Amino acid sequence: MRRGWAWAINGYLAAVLGFLYLPIAVMMVMAFNQSSLYELPVRFDTVWFEALARNDRLLRASLNSVLLALANTVVATVLGTMAALAFARYRFRGRALLQLLLFPPITIPWLIIGTSMLVLFFWIGIGRGLHAMLLGHVALSLPYVIVVVAARLKSFGPALEEAAATLGASPWQTFWRVSAPVMAPGVVAAALFAFAVSFDQFVISYFLAAPGVSTLPVEIYSAIRKGFTPEINAVSTIIILVSMGIMLLVARFYRFGGER
Amino acid sequence: MNLARRRRLAVFGLTAPAYLWLVLTIFLPLSAMLFFSFLTQAPFGGRQAELTLGQYGAFLDKAFYRTLAWRSLELGVYVTLGCVAIGYPAALALAKHVKGRWREALFLLIVLPFWSNALVRTFSWTMVLRGDGLVDRAVQAVFPGAPSFALLFTYPAIVIGLVHAFVPYMILTCYISLQAIDDSLIEAARSLGASAWAVFRRIILPLSIPGLCAGVVLIFVPAIGSFMEPRILGGPAGIMLGTVIEDQFTMVFNWPLGAALSFILLAIVLAILALAYPLLRRSLQVA
Repeated sequence: MRRGWAWAINGYLAAVLGFLYLPIAVMMVMAFNQSSLYELPVRFDTVWFEALARNDRLLRASLNSVLLALANTVVATVLGTMAALAFARYRFRGRALLQLLLFPPITIPWLIIGTSMLVLFFWIGIGRGLHAMLLGHVALSLPYVIVVVAARLKSFGPALEEAAATLGASPWQTFWRVSAPVMAPGVVAAALFAFAVSFDQFVISYFLAAPGVSTLPVEIYSAIRKGFTPEINAVSTIIILVSMGIMLLVARFYRFGGER
Repeated sequence: MNLARRRRLAVFGLTAPAYLWLVLTIFLPLSAMLFFSFLTQAPFGGRQAELTLGQYGAFLDKAFYRTLAWRSLELGVYVTLGCVAIGYPAALALAKHVKGRWREALFLLIVLPFWSNALVRTFSWTMVLRGDGLVDRAVQAVFPGAPSFALLFTYPAIVIGLVHAFVPYMILTCYISLQAIDDSLIEAARSLGASAWAVFRRIILPLSIPGLCAGVVLIFVPAIGSFMEPRILGGPAGIMLGTVIEDQFTMVFNWPLGAALSFILLAIVLAILALAYPLLRRSLQVA
């Protein structure tokens, strides 16, 4: 009886994992299938990856995606870490309100945020393009960076910094010699998070893309709507591997889901 | 400079850049959108716009828009129920059955797809659900000669795609509250003669309600605002409030109507968030 249960539970978890990974696996297999009509059996070929290497539109969009994600990582990590320091080390008036203001960027549907940005940016002359996307991506990344870094800062408390200050270190010395090394893992995790948020972001980029200036997800969306092309499988396979790789790195630095 | 003033300056200097950024990119745009939703037309290119309630009036007058809102809510309910049905048992199994390194590995495997590109994952379902796709072939293999079975561009396809997109959220939030339940509580109940079902109903379920509610809100809200998944997986069956809003901004260029529809969607979302705020607050506690 008990063993039967154990088998059933393991089987169930395996089925859930199957559900989560099945479509991704199918897509990756099809990326290596020679037939453009997804014919089976699969004949292994890298023809779609070769086609991808000649597709200037997708390559330019990929470059935009990576540059945007890098810029987003730098800006969001710096601004977010500063705010996290204030939250973790100071009690001040309006603290609860500022925490509350972190909700909208991650709880309001991106569709609404994206279209709102389009309206305002167009109206006041910021316009569309990579700079507008950067404004949007940083806004979405900030709450994650702040939460991740603040959690790390909270876990070691201000005792070390106070000790350094008592022993005569200047605030600047205290920061670089004591705080920075201890919070480094949190900052690295937050930076990787920010990169992933931007690299995978589609909705905001979609509304803020200017003609001829887009990112990889935006290009993929328009390609899907025009009709299926197997090159999309190839580029999607690369994207999935990149973002999963990044999240595995995050997992090295940051613990998901409480105690392990 | 006295200490209190220096502290105030430090707090201001540390928080101001991040929050100025959020004001420019979240709060000002939402205000601009609200303003636009009361205009007769977008005030670009020298066109004269007047203030009106007409865009909201269109929503109240035309049954089409009300049906849309209803369809989106309905979709949200189906997706959320699907996520509860699949995610809660998985979280329970993970928290109370799987131990040690296996739990760590499984947990990572479950959250991993969640952090990969949603668009790409949605697209990957088209190859599974289309006629002559994986599901169709499986059906043909079991029932030879069955009529071709294409789920793509149907309503169930949208639900499947969205459940796939959001179920890791449910597993995550439920897992966090389930693994916080003290095992000795369960053992005590069992040793006093409670059946497994009684333990679940009287101890496990009540204590995991916060995680369940957080998951429900975090899934329901983006599900009713989705437009890309209905578009790709639903085709003509995928007309939702979200896709119509998208059209107003990218095809029809009726921005004021799009803004009004967005705000109706936002009002629904905010009502849900306000109801759930006491439960959500703890999951986003900064320090």
